[in-house]
Amino acid sequence: MKILVPTKRVPDTDQKIVASDDGSRVNVEHIPFIINPFDAIALEEAVRIGEQRGDVEVVAVGIGGEGYEQPLRTALAMGAQRAVHVRCDESLDPWNVARLLQAVVLRETPQLVIMGKQAVDDDANQTGQFLAALLGWPQATFASRVVVEGDRLTVDRETDHGIETVRLPLPAVVTADLRLNEPRYASMAGIMKARKKPLDVIAVGDLPVAIEPRLRVISYRSAESRKRGERVKSVDELLDRLTQPGAALHKRG
Amino acid sequence: MKVLVIAEHDGKSLRAASLSCLTFAQQVAQATEGTVSWLVLGSQATGVAAEAAKFAPVLLVESSRLARPMADSCAAAIANVAKNHNVNLIAAASTSFSKDVLPRAAALLGGAMASDIVRHEVTAEGLLFDSPQYAGAVTATVQLLGSPQVVSVRSSAYPAATPAAAPFGIEAIAMEDATLASRCEFVELKTKQNSRPDVTEARIVVSGGRALRNSADFEGLVGKLADVMGGAAGSSRALVDAGIAPNELQVGQTGKIVAPELYVALGISGAVQHLAGMKNSRTIVAINSDPDAPIFDVADLGLVGDVYEVVPQLIERLQSR
Repeated sequence: MKILVPTKRVPDTDQKIVASDDGSRVNVEHIPFIINPFDAIALEEAVRIGEQRGDVEVVAVGIGGEGYEQPLRTALAMGAQRAVHVRCDESLDPWNVARLLQAVVLRETPQLVIMGKQAVDDDANQTGQFLAALLGWPQATFASRVVVEGDRLTVDRETDHGIETVRLPLPAVVTADLRLNEPRYASMAGIMKARKKPLDVIAVGDLPVAIEPRLRVISYRSAESRKRGERVKSVDELLDRLTQPGAALHKRG
Repeated sequence: MKVLVIAEHDGKSLRAASLSCLTFAQQVAQATEGTVSWLVLGSQATGVAAEAAKFAPVLLVESSRLARPMADSCAAAIANVAKNHNVNLIAAASTSFSKDVLPRAAALLGGAMASDIVRHEVTAEGLLFDSPQYAGAVTATVQLLGSPQVVSVRSSAYPAATPAAAPFGIEAIAMEDATLASRCEFVELKTKQNSRPDVTEARIVVSGGRALRNSADFEGLVGKLADVMGGAAGSSRALVDAGIAPNELQVGQTGKIVAPELYVALGISGAVQHLAGMKNSRTIVAINSDPDAPIFDVADLGLVGDVYEVVPQLIERLQSR
């Protein structure tokens, strides 16, 4: 069985992120880049499925510029057998990422694609569903448990109403939610081994996909920061403030 | 523009979030001299369709295949209706249902989609949308290229639509079983029976964080205060990860986004991912024993104290009012 895990390189959003003064971009120069945390969860799940079954090849895929080698090496250190870097220097919207991933899937013919439910930079939550539709494969989004049995998957999904369990045939696309697992740290031995694992580079022009933008960003602005309020000293003072006319707990009528 | 709004429902009634999305659609239609219709998908959805028709005309696809809202069948139905009715813009409230279904439908229609929009603008060059990114640290103004355009709308950004004087019509659309076939099989839905409103639909939300030590304390402090205030109970990610609060209560970047009139944060430190889910609330109250907790930076009213001491006092005072 082959599992493909798309991994996006994103700025570490635990750092303070602001828009540039002219609004043309987001300032990320001084921020360390990491594997999108949801993709790391997806990768961990793929590696675990491999550890349980033994007959699994996990292939990590990254689409982007020069900096992509590093997260792909991390993916290899975490346990992927192989990595594919689609070298593309222009910035891509989710639609074109999904189309390029579709082309990679057609080359690699995996039975399962697991990827993060969203990337923590654009928070779009689109690419996995786009890919499933383009491939005509069933999808199970927001997974908190994945069980592979023969050529079928059982997936627990996190929904607004609780945990939904669904069953679907392979091939399929699964997107990982937060509670699917806790990704391991790459061990020193893993990092050493990763240096010898294959990392293929494909020029974006070698895939049969013409980039067609669907989402154009006009400008970015930093979120308005909320005005810091005041401290109250007691429960009584807090209740006084909340029950004043116009306040949220004021009794109407 | 011809706007189609996907009505989300539980088979019995419309979800409140869909009414906020309808307001967005009505604003766009009005500014572009266009029209708005609901699309109701379901197996026995005539009741829901009748409720929806109080607000706007309804297109109804009824089929036993739509008993459960599976992404592949719902997306196929949406794409089918959008093509046959020459729809220019498709909108749905940002919920776990639409996050699953809508991008799949968008991909069948050419891939022009913006997520989680909180504002729109009609310009000579077309529609512009504001879409939060980086856990809300940055807002991007975006334009979609291609038609139809597909957007998920953050319901907290638009008020709920109001019913019209007289109901609109309901048009049933026949669709072939083959179009609606799903390869996903529903097994079960595990949900905690909860008499409280959903965090996304309540006027008041009381949320608990790491300071709560177990489920009983969460229920006794967060749940009880929510009940006394007539609101919903929410949670930070830490408590959901620890199994103290159920997943569907999580407020934050990866949970639910809320903007109630009053948000009460109990023992929540205020990680950026949590703030992303609640910082647009009208009034924020924070109670935390750590005077340096970042939650105080966004709170309108802050009280430094142990939630185990402060909350029982609050409950008692509110009950005796």
